[in-house]
Amino acid sequence: MSALAARALRKSYGATEVVCGIDLAVEPGECFGLLGPNGAGKTTTLKLCLGLIEPDAGDVELLGEPVPRRARQARMRVGVVPQFDNLDPDFTVEENLIVYGRYFGFSEQAIRPRISTLLEFAGLTGREGAKIMTLSGGMKRRLTLARALVNDPQLVFMDEPTTGLDPQARHLIWERLRRLTQEGKTLVLTTHFMEEAERLCDRLAIMDRGRIIAQGTPRALIAEHIEPQVLEVHGNGYESWAERAKALAPRVERVGDTVYAYGDDVEPLLKSISGDLSYLHRRASLEDVFLKLTGRDLRD
Amino acid sequence: MRWVSVWRRNMLVWRKLIAAAMLSNLADPLIMLFGLGYGLGALLPSIEGMSYIAFFAAGQLCTATMFTASFESMFSGFARMHGQKTWDAILYAPLTIDDIVTGEIVWAASKAWLTGSTILGVAGLFGLASSWWVLLALPAAFLVGLAFSAVGLIMCVLAKGWDFFSFYMTLVMTPMMMISGVFFPAEQLPAPLLAIAKVLPLYHGVQIVRPLVAGGPPPDLWLHAGVLLAYAAAGYALAIHFARRRFSS
Repeated sequence: MSALAARALRKSYGATEVVCGIDLAVEPGECFGLLGPNGAGKTTTLKLCLGLIEPDAGDVELLGEPVPRRARQARMRVGVVPQFDNLDPDFTVEENLIVYGRYFGFSEQAIRPRISTLLEFAGLTGREGAKIMTLSGGMKRRLTLARALVNDPQLVFMDEPTTGLDPQARHLIWERLRRLTQEGKTLVLTTHFMEEAERLCDRLAIMDRGRIIAQGTPRALIAEHIEPQVLEVHGNGYESWAERAKALAPRVERVGDTVYAYGDDVEPLLKSISGDLSYLHRRASLEDVFLKLTGRDLRD
Repeated sequence: MRWVSVWRRNMLVWRKLIAAAMLSNLADPLIMLFGLGYGLGALLPSIEGMSYIAFFAAGQLCTATMFTASFESMFSGFARMHGQKTWDAILYAPLTIDDIVTGEIVWAASKAWLTGSTILGVAGLFGLASSWWVLLALPAAFLVGLAFSAVGLIMCVLAKGWDFFSFYMTLVMTPMMMISGVFFPAEQLPAPLLAIAKVLPLYHGVQIVRPLVAGGPPPDLWLHAGVLLAYAAAGYALAIHFARRRFSS
């Protein structure tokens, strides 16, 4: 049985269909990523899975409970890290955990013994009495993560868990998320950091305009959708080089004043670079897949 | 009873900020009670067989209860719902928007009750109440708090921004305070204004509390209590309706 399953899920706001028939299955213990540009419908999909909004059509089953009908029962065993921190600013670190635990029906006595473990996990040991205002962005994010674990959930939803964090803070969050999967928890995260998705996710789905347009392991998606080598070229004469490259590479793309050439073997392309051209030769990444599938247009 | 955890959350914040909370909810109405009551009262003969300050104390108890309930459910509620996104965080837990609305209304009514009962205690200390009948003003104050908390929470879940509350305060609360018999007997008003006062909740609160301060049972107690209960119940239902609508999009 899947930890989370969605079938033919649809949701419209007014005349705009935000989620247009989504099928998802997240297996227990895996880290599943939902990728997509802004406005792709990721957050709405998460809200539908949590039973916070009602779908227009389709079913969701979360930890064996039909959602939204038994969403409350399902949420007893689920943790959520929202996109924007909504810690209680009037409370200390410790009080945030105690008050949040009460929403699950735990008494203060039941939560207290868990606080030190949760704070250790969040890297906030010794900060029990700190006010939320005094915490850095990374600390707040980690406390939000600890708060999401207060009920020892089987599945944790994370909406862009590392947006706005510096690299140190981001790496610490990644390390903690890996720990959670090692403990057997199921993770469902949305992100638009491809690096994050590539590192963390066992499987992922790329969403655009309310639809899932590709699904699979990060490696399989790269292998399936894109050539393994990429050459990025810019500088004086890039236009004429782009014309020459077309004969040497299966796919060449011009974006502004940069030329992207993709292929299995880029040696002939490398040899053709001369003059003032600068280049970067790298392996294809999930970001290339993402941009190929969702396009390079800005989304606002 | 899941809403109790929401009530307790607000209670804990209140306990932490108790000095400021007490000052704004109690000092203001008490200063006004003694200022107007003794100041204006010195110029006035007794009204309805009571000293002016005792007469005004009953009205001020209801008004201060109304203000505490309304401020808490509108401004503090909106801060939690909109600014801090506390409601969103609670909704990830196994609580529903109905639980939050219930917790918020009962909390605002509790806080309002504390204001009302403290004013009652002070009035008692100053010998403004003449019999034990006055103790019935305690449940009455809670009922007034409940009615205004429920209505205030409707405003909260309908609000797009902070300005929205000015309309309700200026166009509804302030005129209501003037025509509900707080400062002078409402029966002196022109008939149309009295008729308006009678469909609003504050008038009925005053009609219950004033006879209790004077030392006897309020005439038509069940009618007045019924109107307040109706406001609380209808307000609660509407607040839930609009809150569900707001949080389903």
